[in-house]
Amino acid sequence: MSGHTSSYEPTSRWGKWFDERLPIARLVHGSFVAFPTPRNLNYLWTFGGILMFCLVAQIITGIVLAMHYQPSDTAAFNSIEHIRRDVNYGWMIRNMHAVGASMFFIAVYIHIFRGLYYGSYKAPREVLWILGVIILLVMMATAFLGYTLPWGQMSFWGVTVITNLFSALDTIYQGLGTGIVEWLWGGYSVSGVTLNRFFSLHYLLPFVLTGIVILHVWALHVVGQNNPTGLELKEPSEAVPMHPYATSKDIVGLFAFLLLFAWFVFFMPDYLGHADNYNEANPLVTPPHIVPEWYFLPFYAILRAFTGSFLGIPLGSYAKLLGVIAMFAAIAILAFAPWLDTSRVRSAKYRPLFKWAFWAFAFTCVALGYLGAKPAEGVYVLWAQIFTVLYFAYFLVAMPVLGLIETPKKLPRSINEAVLGPDAAAAAAKH
Amino acid sequence: MTSMTRRLVSSFAAAASAVLIVSPVLAAEGDGPEIVRQQWAFSGFRGQFDQAQLQRGFQVYKEVCAACHGLNRVNFRNLVQPGGPGFPEEAVKALAAEWPNQITDGPNDEGKMFERPARLSDPIRGPYRNEKEARAAQNGAYPPDLSLIAKARGVARNPSWWTHPFLMLGDIVKSYQEGGSDYLFALLTGYTDPPADVKVGDGMYYNKAFPGHQLAMPTPLQPDQVAYSDGTKPTVENYAKDVAAFLAWSADPTHDQRKRIGWQVMLYLLVTTALLYLGKKRIWADVKH
Amino acid sequence: MTSHVDDANRRDFLVVAGNAFAAVGAASLIWPFVQQMNPDASAKALASTEVDLAPVKEGQAITIMWRGKPVFIRNRTKDEIAAAEKVPLADLPDAEARNGALPAATPATDSNRVKSGHENWLVAVGICTHLGCIPKGQGMGDARGDFGGWFCPCHGSHYDTSGRIRRGPAPRNLDVPPYEFVSDTKIKIG
Repeated sequence: MSGHTSSYEPTSRWGKWFDERLPIARLVHGSFVAFPTPRNLNYLWTFGGILMFCLVAQIITGIVLAMHYQPSDTAAFNSIEHIRRDVNYGWMIRNMHAVGASMFFIAVYIHIFRGLYYGSYKAPREVLWILGVIILLVMMATAFLGYTLPWGQMSFWGVTVITNLFSALDTIYQGLGTGIVEWLWGGYSVSGVTLNRFFSLHYLLPFVLTGIVILHVWALHVVGQNNPTGLELKEPSEAVPMHPYATSKDIVGLFAFLLLFAWFVFFMPDYLGHADNYNEANPLVTPPHIVPEWYFLPFYAILRAFTGSFLGIPLGSYAKLLGVIAMFAAIAILAFAPWLDTSRVRSAKYRPLFKWAFWAFAFTCVALGYLGAKPAEGVYVLWAQIFTVLYFAYFLVAMPVLGLIETPKKLPRSINEAVLGPDAAAAAAKH
Repeated sequence: MTSMTRRLVSSFAAAASAVLIVSPVLAAEGDGPEIVRQQWAFSGFRGQFDQAQLQRGFQVYKEVCAACHGLNRVNFRNLVQPGGPGFPEEAVKALAAEWPNQITDGPNDEGKMFERPARLSDPIRGPYRNEKEARAAQNGAYPPDLSLIAKARGVARNPSWWTHPFLMLGDIVKSYQEGGSDYLFALLTGYTDPPADVKVGDGMYYNKAFPGHQLAMPTPLQPDQVAYSDGTKPTVENYAKDVAAFLAWSADPTHDQRKRIGWQVMLYLLVTTALLYLGKKRIWADVKH
Repeated sequence: MTSHVDDANRRDFLVVAGNAFAAVGAASLIWPFVQQMNPDASAKALASTEVDLAPVKEGQAITIMWRGKPVFIRNRTKDEIAAAEKVPLADLPDAEARNGALPAATPATDSNRVKSGHENWLVAVGICTHLGCIPKGQGMGDARGDFGGWFCPCHGSHYDTSGRIRRGPAPRNLDVPPYEFVSDTKIKIG
């Protein structure tokens, strides 16, 4: 899993014997100890490690919860209450898992925005980036499936609404969408059958995710890490060994992140959820506002922006289908970023116009998130439509156009020059 | 800058300023009555339940609410455990044995289900076995189980979009989690005469805190209705506050332990983060970065 | 590669302290994850069970559930009691009473396995001490083994009318759970 040769030398006889048969210690040493990391990485680069932690933490707490959880429409809600009230430290483990999902998304969104700002998606990191987009998709699917498991009102109606998205395919071929929806449900409505299969898939996907994450890390070790300057490593003195340098920074980042994590776990475990989900699922009563978890809100806003008309353009019977397509396209378009961005400069640090576009895009995402939580009526719909256009404009207009017309700032010649200044860099290069 | 870039930049700027100017319009509407936040013993990150208040609150539940509402996810044994009302075990055993809504057990040797007095390990049952029975007895209304009511209700706030992030941040820093209790207090003290232009439906009552303002529950609390033994004034406000606190505990019986462990964890994380940061500085001391 | 930091620096006190703190935190996180597998509060609350003995006639037996385990309660006949009482301790593979209410070293006489004044009632956990099967002997037509008590069909352990192992691979007598007579016809187990 490494693009460079390992300097690992086993010290003991047994170590040598084992290394000749299974060089796993060599692999770990090469990938996570001696691996050269750019010396100028800032704390935004610690989120890779934080995400690793999140994945492992979710898997461990999830396996523990599965020991007490019962995936049936009559028992699910009660079993969650059993975990909260009676299981030893059940409340803690359950809060860790529920809050952990939100923390995972906070970390992954920061990770993605860091990549967008510093141009980490550009050649030669396209495959690394696309694997990241796939990870995001699988994460979203896992989170969605997981949210159904408590079988509260929001769980139930969230599944109902989101699975019904597929019925939009009826516009293309009559019966196609309905068929898929009933196949997903295993019945003619969301029921205990649906819950049971969602539990099974919710247990499966994190392991799929782990597999893709391994590929993601592998790809990272082939092409090396990007850095705030967006320049490639030119000489050994521009890098430091991952351990103890990057690792010591990663663990500070992780513990700072854990402060936030623990605050929510212990002091406001329900803040990131919905009060309605403490009512058991009732197929006869829909809650007044169905709102997904916060991490889906921007995409939910894009979905709902497609009503009868879009910015004055009548959509007719295609509104629903277009909304669904736009929502999935909003995620899929990330995968095309490496080819949509025409600039040869990676880091937004040296791109005066692109920097503006980036922050406008960040604002757009937050605004869409805000609108996703509001009822889809009146002026909110108009704003959702405007911001949907801005969202896609970032990828389809700003990325290709700015690269062609913008004059980047003068780039430093090397990472060393950026860090040490030109003279010291020249001196370092002589060594 | 080419003219095209200028146009792009100005269109982004225009979009941003348009948001700033037009968005106050968004803030005007609201979708629920505003609920006043109360001071609770368990408010915020330092709060812990007040045992005497929980005991009074249970008394109110027992003498008033229990006539219609169950508390099925709370067992009698929970009334004994630390972090709750903390009644003596013998008293709760006696209470369970006398609880009017008995436990269905069985089948016995004749194959029949039978009713028996509750034990410590049994739930605090309400008068109705299921929703249908409740609705039949209550003219179609359904008195919900109260075990989780303090978590299943929240406070709707409709700040303008630009104050929203700050209020959210404020809530996170103060760790505001008492929306359910605030709502319950507002509801229990919210019965008033309806405004002149509102016609209250048959068998319905006007309440300023209830979404839609009409509910089937008549005013449950009257002054001097429950005799407190600890000198607390027998007012509707005190009853409402005590029972709302008790229901907050019912919905979250591990609350006290959670916050206590939480402080230890936060302290540990703060110290460790600081140490790790200093260690990191030490390691990076002679690497310019 | 800038590796100016020597080993002495790397083992700097701050670094060691930080790592030690992090390690202690990770280790203490194991505690709740181990504890969650122990019996929970609702299981502990069910730890005692009351049984009405009135319907059990002499010579009959009932099996009730206590903590998810079967408990044999037999209303022994006079002959059965007499047979149990006259067995010499030397004949017993396990000489300890195995009575939850008595100390461990109590000899396995019949009187040490029942309550005085209620010698006809034998209460024992109905799980073979060999590998956890349920011995036969509760039903009227069951094989009761060579000693008139219980017989475990899995590997052929024979128990006598006091629930003591007499022959076969089981190492211990059937456990007597802690119980007390609430009234003459009612016991509370646990």
